[in-house]
Amino acid sequence: MKRFGFLAWALWFGYAFLYVPIGLLILYSFNDSRLVTVWGGFSTRWYGELMRNDQLIDAALLSLRIAASSATFAVVLGTMAGLAMVRFGRFRGRTLFGGMITAPLVMPEVITGLSLLLLFVAMEQLVGWPAGRGVTTITIAHTTFSMAYVAVIVQSRLVSLDESLEEAAMDLGARPAKVFFVITLPIIAPAIVSGWLLAFTLSLDDLVIASFVSGPGSTTLPMVIFSSVKFGVSPQINALATIIVLVVATGIFIASLLMARQEKQRQRDEQMALQGG
Amino acid sequence: MSREGFAAGDDRTSAGPPAAPADAPTGRGSAVAAVLRRVGLSGRRVVVAVPYLWLLLFFLIPFLIVFRISFSEALIAQPPYSALLEWLEDPDFGELKLQITLTLTSYLRLFDDSLYIVAYLSSVKMAFISTVLCLLIGYPMAYAIAQARPSLRGPLMMLVVLPFWTSFLIRVYAWIGILKANGIVSNALAALGLVDEHFEILYSDIAVYIGITYTYLPFMILPLYATLERMDRSLLEAAADLGCRPWKAFLTVTLPLSVPGIIAGSLLVFIPAVGEFVIPELLGGPDTLMIGRVLWNEFFANRDWPVASAVAIALLMFLVVPIMVFQYVQGRQQDAEARR
Amino acid sequence: MAQPIRKPTRLEPWQDPDAVPYVRIDKVTKRFGDFVAVDDVSLNIYRGEFFALLGGSGSGKTTLLRMLAGFETPSEGRIFIDGVDMSGIPPYERPVNMMFQSYALFPHMSVEQNVAFGLKQDGVPRAEIRERVAEMLDMVQLGRFAKRRPHQLSGGQRQRVALARSLVKRPKLLLLDEPLGALDRRLRERTQFELVNIQEKLGVTFVVVTHDQEEAMTMSTRIAVMNQGYIQQVGTPSEIYEYPNSKFVAEFIGSVNMFEGRVVEDEPDHVLVRSEEAGCDLYINHGVPAPLGTQVWVAVRPEKIALSKEPPPAAADGRNVTRGVVREIAYLGDMSIYLVELAGGKTVRVTMPNVTRRTELPVTWEDEVYLSWRPFAGVVLNQ
Repeated sequence: MKRFGFLAWALWFGYAFLYVPIGLLILYSFNDSRLVTVWGGFSTRWYGELMRNDQLIDAALLSLRIAASSATFAVVLGTMAGLAMVRFGRFRGRTLFGGMITAPLVMPEVITGLSLLLLFVAMEQLVGWPAGRGVTTITIAHTTFSMAYVAVIVQSRLVSLDESLEEAAMDLGARPAKVFFVITLPIIAPAIVSGWLLAFTLSLDDLVIASFVSGPGSTTLPMVIFSSVKFGVSPQINALATIIVLVVATGIFIASLLMARQEKQRQRDEQMALQGG
Repeated sequence: MSREGFAAGDDRTSAGPPAAPADAPTGRGSAVAAVLRRVGLSGRRVVVAVPYLWLLLFFLIPFLIVFRISFSEALIAQPPYSALLEWLEDPDFGELKLQITLTLTSYLRLFDDSLYIVAYLSSVKMAFISTVLCLLIGYPMAYAIAQARPSLRGPLMMLVVLPFWTSFLIRVYAWIGILKANGIVSNALAALGLVDEHFEILYSDIAVYIGITYTYLPFMILPLYATLERMDRSLLEAAADLGCRPWKAFLTVTLPLSVPGIIAGSLLVFIPAVGEFVIPELLGGPDTLMIGRVLWNEFFANRDWPVASAVAIALLMFLVVPIMVFQYVQGRQQDAEARR
Repeated sequence: MAQPIRKPTRLEPWQDPDAVPYVRIDKVTKRFGDFVAVDDVSLNIYRGEFFALLGGSGSGKTTLLRMLAGFETPSEGRIFIDGVDMSGIPPYERPVNMMFQSYALFPHMSVEQNVAFGLKQDGVPRAEIRERVAEMLDMVQLGRFAKRRPHQLSGGQRQRVALARSLVKRPKLLLLDEPLGALDRRLRERTQFELVNIQEKLGVTFVVVTHDQEEAMTMSTRIAVMNQGYIQQVGTPSEIYEYPNSKFVAEFIGSVNMFEGRVVEDEPDHVLVRSEEAGCDLYINHGVPAPLGTQVWVAVRPEKIALSKEPPPAAADGRNVTRGVVREIAYLGDMSIYLVELAGGKTVRVTMPNVTRRTELPVTWEDEVYLSWRPFAGVVLNQ
């Protein structure tokens, strides 16, 4: 195919666009010079400084904690929401519900952040909870917007799941709750896991919403990065970026290896099914 | 017994579901279920109610509050706006009366001060241009991946999505080092003798276009790839068989069929880009006006919550139509998948 | 068409006025919004029957089956199984099991676990579960595949796992939704007989939904032909085939030639129908409840028509004999299909077994031929 010339070119350009900045970031994290763009020889000193930066490490730990708990809540709520949308047919208020599930996906973060802050302030005035802003309010805010992502993932998995599997279990005597835990949940587990990972990443990555609803003493990692980046480049951030990219790439590499192995196993199984008839 | 059962069945007059007879088989735990059913609490209901209430409380009600506060007056107080509701003592009757005061001050400011209008228009312009850039880069990529060998498609798509899993903030940050004066681009261009090393793209609208395009590109490619990959390959073969040249087949078959993907991807880029804050803040210049930034400043710098709320409501009004189009497209796609 | 007949070993309870129906569907209607999927259906099914619900897509057969399983609730009417009113009883409490069209095997469980699933729900002791599962897997000849996952099985094996899983609980009623739909043709034929054997061995009452008339005729004791939510006719396979009660049934089951005409003679033991279309008078040796002059249709099956170049011996009275020209011949190996155009322009379909070799074909294209049939061949239909 001759046309593939243009397409291949476009593809390479696209990947270069996506990866060159990240590659440069990693390269300059090993730069000895404080001036990020001037090569001053190889060095790992920024990694050492990063390790001694207590403020940044505290913020990172806080962010990880918030991300883990909000992702877990989001998975529970989002799975329930997805299940309700796909499997419960019509119920009162379904349209509003569907709207509330997809709207956070495209809602500008500044609006979500502002509105949640105003809610928390009003709630504090009315019922005294949550007292002040901090980890709790950030967790609630992150749960709310990431549950929408989980709901969408679970929804699309459930739509493609043969409903007769659940009917069969019910037909064989399992009550609805049991059907969910014994049949549905194990089958959609991969979707739920990726939903959790997505929610985790979104929470770990969020600056805008957290800035609105955080309080004194609850500074998350993106907030620390933001304030140091705002005044130009900082080699420590390069080192941090390298670590993040490394962790993510390793995770995805392992995941895809596992998937490839599963796929091979599946093909072997199908072969066996054909021969063993 | 069965005879009696039939007799009872024949006596039926109402169409409603008759009560289960006493000798109906009862499974374990059905007594508990029956009690729960009587108070209207089935597991099913709980599954709907919990996320529903959560979203009502933390998604819908906040908007109502923003809406309400946009009609309040700014005060130097904690919180810095006039009360939402006030209980006034009526001197004539000695009773409490509920008073709701609404002012249009904040909205009037949006129209009085050209800053806001200019910021809205410039946000839309920047989001639009970035969306077009995403489409121009993303469509050929999505198309190329959809055309690739099936075993290659997965890894290629993974490479598109992978940056998304790393930090958004850091990906924006990466461009600072590239675009700044004395940065990689300016040094490279200076070495070619085109500009001097103080040449700077950073802190300009162009840097913002690059930043938005860069961070939102995966959102464009994902839905595009999904529609292109699903497309029946034999359609193109049929077009070729009927004498259509490849380029024309692309224009008359592939492109029209991928319109849902184009719409979904464009909205997925456009809508959040309009309200973007981080990218113009980090890459844009002091005169790069975007509404997200204006809102942020009203809120954090000026502490004018009512105006910030009014800005948010106005931004939402701008976005209602594209958001509804997006939900419509999304819903249709889901229905189509359900039917497959 | 092929038409195997069941061994007449069993009683025919539907002919016994005192027999108690095992499943009784009583004036059941199901609406989805404005759409009526099942329209006032009443049906009795007896113990040990192999009952088929036959119809095209949208005929309501699957909805009716799902109401028996408890996945849909009737909008009106009731369903009794073994004398118990099923209204308000959820699927997991019904003494009914179902074999799904997609088989719905749980992909994350082995064959053994799939079959054991239903027994586990009932709290059957472990040892007994093991024993019954093994017994069931032996019956469907899958003993050595017990540890495999569904995706490691072929289509036919999956079908047998699904069958074992739905039978292991010894349900009072087994519902089968297009049980052979996903199998290829050769496997389907073999499995039809297997299903009948298993059903006879276990004595479980089967209700099967199918759109395949051959499948329904091969396997079932009785067939209910459904159309647009109604039951058009209930009867044994041969009743349905030989004595369809409507144009719809006659055309749905097998192929048929329809001659439009008018009743000119109506006696208790025969009818005479004058048909322009057929080009002759049609003599049928049974009476019909239709007054003289009524417009009727006479259905004649293609295999009941004889084709000859010479005038047939019984042609003297000019009844049930007509002439035409052979336009098309389709050679199917065991038999051939002839499309014969009558003088009036109507095309008649005739099938003849190929008793001789093809090279010695007795009739060929553009031959003028006689078509004739016996008085019992035709069926008079009102609608």
